[in-house]
Amino acid sequence: MSEVAPNMYRYDEFDARFVAERTAQFKLQVERRLKGELTEDQFKPLRLMNGLYLQLHAYMLRVAVPYGTISSKQMRMLAHIARKYDKGYGHFTTRQNIQYNWPKLVDVPDILSDLASVEMHAIQTSGNCIRNVTADHFAGASADEIEDPRPLAEIIRQWSSLHPEFVFLPRKFKIAVSGAPQDRAALKYHDMAVEIVKNDAGRTGYKVLVGGGMGRTPYIAQVLGEFVEKEDILAFLEAAMRVYNEQGRRDNIYKARIKILTNALGIEEMRRQVQREFAEIKQGGNLQLPQDELDRITAYFAPPNFDTGLPDAIPDAGKDFANWVKTNVHAHRAPGYAIATITLKTPGQVPGDATSAQMETIAELMDTYSVGEVRVTHEQNLVLPHVRKKDLPAIYARLKELDFASANAGLITDIIACPGLDYCDLANARSIPIAQRIALKFADLDRQHEIGELKIKISGCINACGHHHAGHIGILGVDKKGVEFYQLQLGGSGAEDASIGEIMGPGFTEHEIADAVERVVNVYIKTRQPGERFLDTYRRLGMAPFKDAAYEKEAA
Amino acid sequence: MVFPASMAHQNHGSQMLTANRLRDGDVLYRKGDGWVLALAAGDVFADPASADAALAAAQAETVRNEFVAPYLFEVREVKGVIQPVKEREIIRAAGPTVRTDLGKQAGMVNV
Repeated sequence: MSEVAPNMYRYDEFDARFVAERTAQFKLQVERRLKGELTEDQFKPLRLMNGLYLQLHAYMLRVAVPYGTISSKQMRMLAHIARKYDKGYGHFTTRQNIQYNWPKLVDVPDILSDLASVEMHAIQTSGNCIRNVTADHFAGASADEIEDPRPLAEIIRQWSSLHPEFVFLPRKFKIAVSGAPQDRAALKYHDMAVEIVKNDAGRTGYKVLVGGGMGRTPYIAQVLGEFVEKEDILAFLEAAMRVYNEQGRRDNIYKARIKILTNALGIEEMRRQVQREFAEIKQGGNLQLPQDELDRITAYFAPPNFDTGLPDAIPDAGKDFANWVKTNVHAHRAPGYAIATITLKTPGQVPGDATSAQMETIAELMDTYSVGEVRVTHEQNLVLPHVRKKDLPAIYARLKELDFASANAGLITDIIACPGLDYCDLANARSIPIAQRIALKFADLDRQHEIGELKIKISGCINACGHHHAGHIGILGVDKKGVEFYQLQLGGSGAEDASIGEIMGPGFTEHEIADAVERVVNVYIKTRQPGERFLDTYRRLGMAPFKDAAYEKEAA
Repeated sequence: MVFPASMAHQNHGSQMLTANRLRDGDVLYRKGDGWVLALAAGDVFADPASADAALAAAQAETVRNEFVAPYLFEVREVKGVIQPVKEREIIRAAGPTVRTDLGKQAGMVNV
């Protein structure tokens, strides 16, 4: 099958030149480093600006996937890079990006050149800048959407790329955009987030949130602007960035994020200062978003030409398929179509990892069944956004061959886990083996479906890349005198009912933690009321019964 | 990450010196005036003074642009075999525990 070009943003002459120049610039910087013309202290910030870290075993390259959207051509290139320059696999991340764990410094210029050939790069995937903008992974497809968030996400990407004021912020800055009332983008855990809303008059605009975040001091974002007019959004975001850039703390890395500033000032004062700055910017008139420019960007994301007259029923293809449909298929806006989630979470697998061969087969599925497009989710899964319902059995059959057909989206084995101490230089404990143990313990599909929605999220250190604060069950790995321990947190949520998980108590060893999780889940099964998710039961009962059960065996 | 030389004093027992090779990032261990790939082939510094001296020498050699980020870590002898005290360094010396086909553990690196 030939490659299908999806409706997504395509580089214009400015983007292409900018990425080409940056690629050439970094090639020279690598050459100068290898010759000794740059010291490591001089080179380190340059490599970080291009997404290149030095991790536990090797360098790590993080590639930007703007709002998680990948074409089949790009997916094939990502597979090629994994095979040619790395160790045959890539890792999809909680920022909707992909990272490679083993690139050689000498190869990175060639990798960036290959990426540029498919309109990709690694710029602003590290450092104290505005990072890759994320979005609802069902964007443009979901039945509950007010408006596709990708045009705004693309406009924010363009505005924030190498914005001269925001290249050296107090700390990194993460922005997410969603156009649906159901929050699939963890908006309230972002430095800043934009939710597309309708006001009482029925006009579409933007609700802006500020000050959310995870890490050692988790906060839920608060409303900065209840309804920002479309034409004003860049001026409003820029105003908020200016307040942060001016007043965000640079003396203490742990207090440098905008969440700390927001809570130090108080949301009322934050709003007042942003409004003052906003009025000034607006008066200047340079940052008004013209409707024709918004229309031009929106046109890139025009809905595909959906077939009409398709059957709206999903074919019967057996119990396993029916289970997969139940969890991994979601309602689409177009009749006869569906959204299909590919969970990269087969029990025992490393969450988010995909081999070159798997990526290439997914590219084939994208071309054959989903207008050449896939989305990366912040839950480390992939989404085929536009598939005909009648094609679902064929897609499922191919996913089974890939070992990516687990019917577990949103269930207890669909676990987010950061790379942890297996790869990460900052980690205190391993995350992936804990995810694997829990997933294998709950591998029985009937049991998973009986438990229902339950989100486990695991981080290997307090930086919380595994989103443990937002887990219905969160797990934080800590180091106690050189030994890994795991703290349980209950009651977190990254959705529209966002909440921060409550720490249960002392940690468990790596051998105890999966059993402790099972005892907690058993309390839920015994005490839940009809229709209650784990999170609902926890919110009704509080920590006590779960805590008693979790420590029961250890106390005996 | 470059650890300050003073970090050596946080380590109380025998120590080894590690770094990453500049051109490919591979993990290195100090042996004599050079580096080897396998922890088992590296030098063990029994006292803080010799460990600090090795670190200082390595830091001075970073101008050669062959390796980066040298630092010391604590090791101990278990059943006649030298191994790191902390899990972090055990994993660094071997490779990811979830992918035993990758890293030094896969290549049976012994030099």
